[in-house]
Amino acid sequence: MGAVNFGYGISAARGMDLDRNDLGPAREIADEVPEFRACIACGGCTATCTAGNLTSFNFRMVHTLVRRGEYAGAYREMNKCMLCGKCRLVCPRGINTRGVVMQIKRKLGDY
Amino acid sequence: MSSKRIVVIGGGPAGMQAALSLAAGGLKPVIVERAGELGGKLKEWHRLFPSMTEANEVLTRLTGEIAEAGVEVMLHTEVEGIALGEGGAHDGAPNGVVLAEGKKLPAGAVIVASGFDIFDARQKEEYGYHVYDNVFTTVDIERMLNGDKVALSDGTAPRRIAFVHCVGSRDEKVNQRHCSKVCCITAVKQAMELRERFPEAEIYSFYMDIRMFGPGYEELYQQAQQESHINFIRGRVSEASPTIDGRIQIKAEDTLVGRPLKMSVDMVVLAVGMKAAAGNEKLAASCDGLSLAPSGFLAPRDMFTGCVSSGAAGVFYAGTATAPKTIGECIAEGAMAAQRAAEYLKSGAKR
Repeated sequence: MGAVNFGYGISAARGMDLDRNDLGPAREIADEVPEFRACIACGGCTATCTAGNLTSFNFRMVHTLVRRGEYAGAYREMNKCMLCGKCRLVCPRGINTRGVVMQIKRKLGDY
Repeated sequence: MSSKRIVVIGGGPAGMQAALSLAAGGLKPVIVERAGELGGKLKEWHRLFPSMTEANEVLTRLTGEIAEAGVEVMLHTEVEGIALGEGGAHDGAPNGVVLAEGKKLPAGAVIVASGFDIFDARQKEEYGYHVYDNVFTTVDIERMLNGDKVALSDGTAPRRIAFVHCVGSRDEKVNQRHCSKVCCITAVKQAMELRERFPEAEIYSFYMDIRMFGPGYEELYQQAQQESHINFIRGRVSEASPTIDGRIQIKAEDTLVGRPLKMSVDMVVLAVGMKAAAGNEKLAASCDGLSLAPSGFLAPRDMFTGCVSSGAAGVFYAGTATAPKTIGECIAEGAMAAQRAAEYLKSGAKR
């Protein structure tokens, strides 16, 4: 008879540790799309996102995490993007958001 | 003679401009200043946001004009309160100020330009000011920039710097509910100045809200992000603690992703707020009609047409005695208070 599963387990730490995270790829992405650094995380991109309205895709959340060096799953998430470009039309900081999507796809495939 | 004299309490930017405008209108201002020289807190500042104008340029322009106009200045002089009694511009109106040992300085009107106090960051013990060597305030950084000696306590250059916004502002725990409004833009300005000095450093800024209310401020903020590579993280730092290698670890929530965050830094800069001057209470108690806002700042008659007027005839306000303000706003209020005081003397004399 196997061990009874009471539903307890060890949770993975949710905290972000900026001493451990490798911020190099985030810097490379921002160097390719310099105005990405001016993002104020207003969420306009997510609000208008067709993919985000139909799936759990949250572009603002993913690229904010990328800026903190949290890359896990970012590449996979970007595949939900249809590159329609509405996010670029609404961005108050004039960020080439499609460029950010493409950079995440190019640079973060290994995460 | 004394009814033409107007006492200006405080020789900072607001007080100096008030005196200059009064003198230009043919009145006799006298600046009563607690310190040994004019200038107020502007003396300790390096550059002014958002234009990066040297503080000294503004200071010497004002003090130069004061000297040129021959404005009477009483240094090392404390004001105890507003003087009441006979001889005011009209019955029951203030007739001057009371100085130390009950000595009276007669005047037809009084302009209170007594300024603010800087929040004492030691009260936010969790940030480790005066506990850890490399925790500084924005005021310290300004002094270090002035002396061209920005460095860690061991003289080395910081590799990672964190600014903490709202220290002593928007915080019930230290009885400072108000927003000091100028600290956001000050922190942005200083982060950019530190970037110039330390091109290789990582610079972070932890904020609750970024309040860029003035002309050119938002543009400076965007420049700080895009060109100076300042990383803004929305979240209030909960504590600073020492690491084994003598650095400082800070914790916050990155509220934009909803996850806790920690990092170690070499230098922490606390963006300290403006606190109501300790003397406001005593001054308000000395004269009927003067009152304090809940923040402890002096309450103007109203916030629109009476923003430089008090509830007492003949007593006017200018600058940060009534709320946190920028240098430009203080100077504008100085001129406005002077005009209102001059109008008061004219109409008061008729009564």
